[in-house]
Amino acid sequence: MYDTIAAIATAPGEAGIGIVRISGNKAIEIADKVFKGKRIEKLSEAEERKLIYGYIIDPEDGKKIDEVLAVYMRGPYTYTREDVVEINCHGGIIPVRRILEVILKNGARLAEPGEFTKRAFLNGRIDLAQAEAVMDLISAKTDTSFDVSLNQLEGSLSKEVSKVREILLKMLAHVEASIDFPEHDIEEVTYDNLQNEGKEVLSRIEKLLSTADTGKILREGLKTVILGKPNVGKSSLMNAILRENRAIVTDVPGTTRDIIEEYVNIRGIPLKIIDTAGIRDTDDIVERIGVERAKELVQRADLVFVVFDISHDLSDEDIKIAELIKDKKVIVITNKIDLPKKVSKEKIKELLPDKPIIETSIVEGVGLDLLEETLKNMFFSGDITIKDRAIVTNVRHKDLLIKAKKNIEDALNSLQMGIPIDCIEVDIKDCWENLGQITGDTVTDDIIDRIFEDFCIGK
Amino acid sequence: MEYFAGEYDVIVIGAGHAGCEAGLASARLGMKTLMLTTSLESVALMPCNPAIGGTGKGHLVREIDALGGEMGKNIDKTLIQSRMLNTSKGPAVHSLRAQADKKRYQASMKLTLEKEKNLDLKESEVVEILVEGEKVKGVKTKTGARFATKAIIVATGTYLKGRIYIGEVNFEGGPSGLFPANRLSESLEDLGVKLRRFKTGTPARIHRDSLDFDKMEIQPGDKEIVPFSFMTDKIDKEQVPCWLTYTNENTHKIILDNLSRSPMYKGEIEGVGPRYCPSIEDKVVRFSDKNRHQLFIEPEGLDTCEMYVQGMSTSLPEDVQIKMLRSIPGLENVKIMRTAYAIEYDCLDPTQLKRTLEYKGIDNLFFAGQINGSSGYEEAAAQGIIAGINAALKIKDKEPFILDRSEAYIGVLIDDLVTKGTNEPYRMMTSRAEYRLILRQDNADLRLTEKGYKIGLVDDERYNRLLNKKKLIEEEKKRLKNIKFTPTNETNEFLKKLGTAPLKTPTTLYNLIKRPELSYEGLNDLDKDRPELPKEIKRQVETQIKYEGYIKKQLRQIDQFKKLEGKKLPKDIDYNKIKGLRLEARQKLNEIRPDSLGQASRISGVSPADISVLLVYLEQRRRLQNRSGQDD
Repeated sequence: MYDTIAAIATAPGEAGIGIVRISGNKAIEIADKVFKGKRIEKLSEAEERKLIYGYIIDPEDGKKIDEVLAVYMRGPYTYTREDVVEINCHGGIIPVRRILEVILKNGARLAEPGEFTKRAFLNGRIDLAQAEAVMDLISAKTDTSFDVSLNQLEGSLSKEVSKVREILLKMLAHVEASIDFPEHDIEEVTYDNLQNEGKEVLSRIEKLLSTADTGKILREGLKTVILGKPNVGKSSLMNAILRENRAIVTDVPGTTRDIIEEYVNIRGIPLKIIDTAGIRDTDDIVERIGVERAKELVQRADLVFVVFDISHDLSDEDIKIAELIKDKKVIVITNKIDLPKKVSKEKIKELLPDKPIIETSIVEGVGLDLLEETLKNMFFSGDITIKDRAIVTNVRHKDLLIKAKKNIEDALNSLQMGIPIDCIEVDIKDCWENLGQITGDTVTDDIIDRIFEDFCIGK
Repeated sequence: MEYFAGEYDVIVIGAGHAGCEAGLASARLGMKTLMLTTSLESVALMPCNPAIGGTGKGHLVREIDALGGEMGKNIDKTLIQSRMLNTSKGPAVHSLRAQADKKRYQASMKLTLEKEKNLDLKESEVVEILVEGEKVKGVKTKTGARFATKAIIVATGTYLKGRIYIGEVNFEGGPSGLFPANRLSESLEDLGVKLRRFKTGTPARIHRDSLDFDKMEIQPGDKEIVPFSFMTDKIDKEQVPCWLTYTNENTHKIILDNLSRSPMYKGEIEGVGPRYCPSIEDKVVRFSDKNRHQLFIEPEGLDTCEMYVQGMSTSLPEDVQIKMLRSIPGLENVKIMRTAYAIEYDCLDPTQLKRTLEYKGIDNLFFAGQINGSSGYEEAAAQGIIAGINAALKIKDKEPFILDRSEAYIGVLIDDLVTKGTNEPYRMMTSRAEYRLILRQDNADLRLTEKGYKIGLVDDERYNRLLNKKKLIEEEKKRLKNIKFTPTNETNEFLKKLGTAPLKTPTTLYNLIKRPELSYEGLNDLDKDRPELPKEIKRQVETQIKYEGYIKKQLRQIDQFKKLEGKKLPKDIDYNKIKGLRLEARQKLNEIRPDSLGQASRISGVSPADISVLLVYLEQRRRLQNRSGQDD
């Protein structure tokens, strides 16, 4: 009766396990697409209501996302009275989020606040006495998400989405004006123009999808590179971070022979530390892999930990490294403060102005706390609840961005094929409306207002 | 002196485009119907442009026709030029428009009314609507006649308290020099109907012989005339051209120099005018970067020299009008026959109406046409037929007839009016329709004639035509699916000649038609046993095949839409008592009283969360009722 919805059922945070729940007539079908059992191919082959061990995979590339226990339950004997699938995975932000995303990508829609309970009620599962509680839940939750969207309105995501919608609105107004007022003196809508504008929209959506800042951090961890010349304490820093913080996932060595990526969670912020482990013995990245390569690494990084040994004078190599990272988000670590100081803090400041400097003695465990605290403050204003809300809205936003991307791709495709403009308009409008759900605004009257603003029309 | 003048089932006040369709629909559904108009000269009057149809509007005419209305047939009889607009775009937005011979259009419609059995047409001004309890019972005329009736359809157009503005001069008046109707406004207000002022305008009419057409561009009609009515097979007649010319900087200077003499700019007119039909002074001020605006000079008919100046609507004084017209190429020696004017009139806020166009506060009182805040002949006629049908159905105690947004432009029009209201005279535009690819002008009969037949407005002849058309379309589609091609050299050579990619795997003719660069006609040579089919069948088949993907996409959207439309909201809900609804939503819902959750979701100020709350409330209510049912 209703479409299939999914959401993370456990509270976000650092619990031992996370649960992702799917409900609706496609729940089992979707689970079959993304679940691979150890012994069986599909979840639906297993016995109902029995936890099955296996993996969640991304059907697009077959890659494993997490090892899980999954169970399916057929309606009406479930919470929502619909078919329900529950997936128990590792706790923490990343696994649940990735699993949810792959489920959304395969046909489910992100549940609205309170929607499982709402369905439970509508399908006759919950007692009548609870009806008003359900209504309160819906309105209360919506108010909360309204707060979040207000927060986000000030954020870069909404600003950018509004810009993209502005381009789409201009396209729509032009298309509609030319359709509704064919005999007026309106500049013809050309497919070339629409293609250019459409491509602009697509590239902006793609950029949003890949760089929406916190969204990216939460999805795959902040790409972090540790830089420094040999023997300044990089390995010790890496080991200290790994020792103090539980590593969530350890990837097999990366595609390049020299580089290993370690996932680590520092105070709720997942980092993907790009470690130069393979060359840790020689330790001289700049020499060993060359300046070009180091540049490339730095370029891809969201964050750089740069380590200097202040018990020795700064060398040319230190200055070269500083030059390389001066435009990046950097935390400067001046290590070995337990030894006699040869370089002043001022000198470092001169070299890398406006970057936070943490004085450490990694071998003695001094300064690590401050490092972690600084890191946290750099990305969230120290407020853990903002981070939690951001997760919810970001999954929803990402879902909508993916839909919008598909719409504009369809439109571009049709433009290429020379399909009539009124057909293409359907996709452009869908794109505009999907993005509007991010900013909370989908009023179609806007288009008509815009036609009269932009074009001189009248008898 | 007052006297009892007779008894009717339905009385229609006004005989404009809304009144005509309302009266005919009512009479044809067996109701003894009376149409009252202030002047028999104003039956089916076209006081503004001499044309029927256009984008969105042409769709409406087709829909009216498909339901068994008269507008399409009448324009087919009296058109003097026909054009299909938007042919360079997709079939969904092809729009038919015809220039009408105004007088012949009127005469032909008037005769149709006169010949209709069950229908009386009288000249008389209604001054009062009589109500007993919460139900209408009759009308009173200026001359003292009192008619009893079961239902009333008010279709008074722009006549109510009409005021004409020409520069500094203004006076009471209806359109085209006719009298206004002043007293009915008061009667309506006494009944509690909330009225407001809207404004519209019309350009000057000029004498054909005073024009120099050599300085203008000719705008001929299409070679082949496509009829509006699905019942008209073919129209063969000589067409009359329109002419195109432009304003220039000099014209604009004259306008700007005299702006202070325009009542619009002096703030004398309080009514709200339509944005899609701005006066020339508006255009010059708002789009000051445009150094010219186009003007179409259109004939008003075959038996007159009057020409309509489309694009030049104004309320500037007469002397300025002469000056500005004479600054235009081809109009240097122009003689004005009728001066342009703006008209301000009473109309009602249409959110006071149900989707049947019945007034919420009084039973059996219907409103249709421009009085509802719409604009345009076609919009009026569309409301007229719906009001006429529903008045008859109500008297017969039958289910109301409501078209939704996925079924017809008529549905979009009425839903917009009664759900969202309007801040300006409402004009139909294709961009207002969410499901434009489904609501094409070419398939209005396929969408609606069956419904018209069920109501009883469509006769057997029209219905059989539809069945036959449907059959031919389905058979041809099936046949095309069964014609298969393998990637032979011969086939691929042929495809190459048509500029399309050769086949790699076997396919059907049906699928080949889907390729954007191919057409049904173009593939004729590959299709040896193709039957002789009427043009409209071939076009219909091609459109349905070619745009199948997009049509399916919209059909899926319609499924979603229908789910919410299907959730009915009971009439007796007190929205103030539903916990969880926001205050604004409560007020709006109590005011509009939507029929369904879908309609509720389109009210501005009702959020998706409010809809969720309503959904839960409905379930709660249903279960409570079930429970009490069991207890009984």
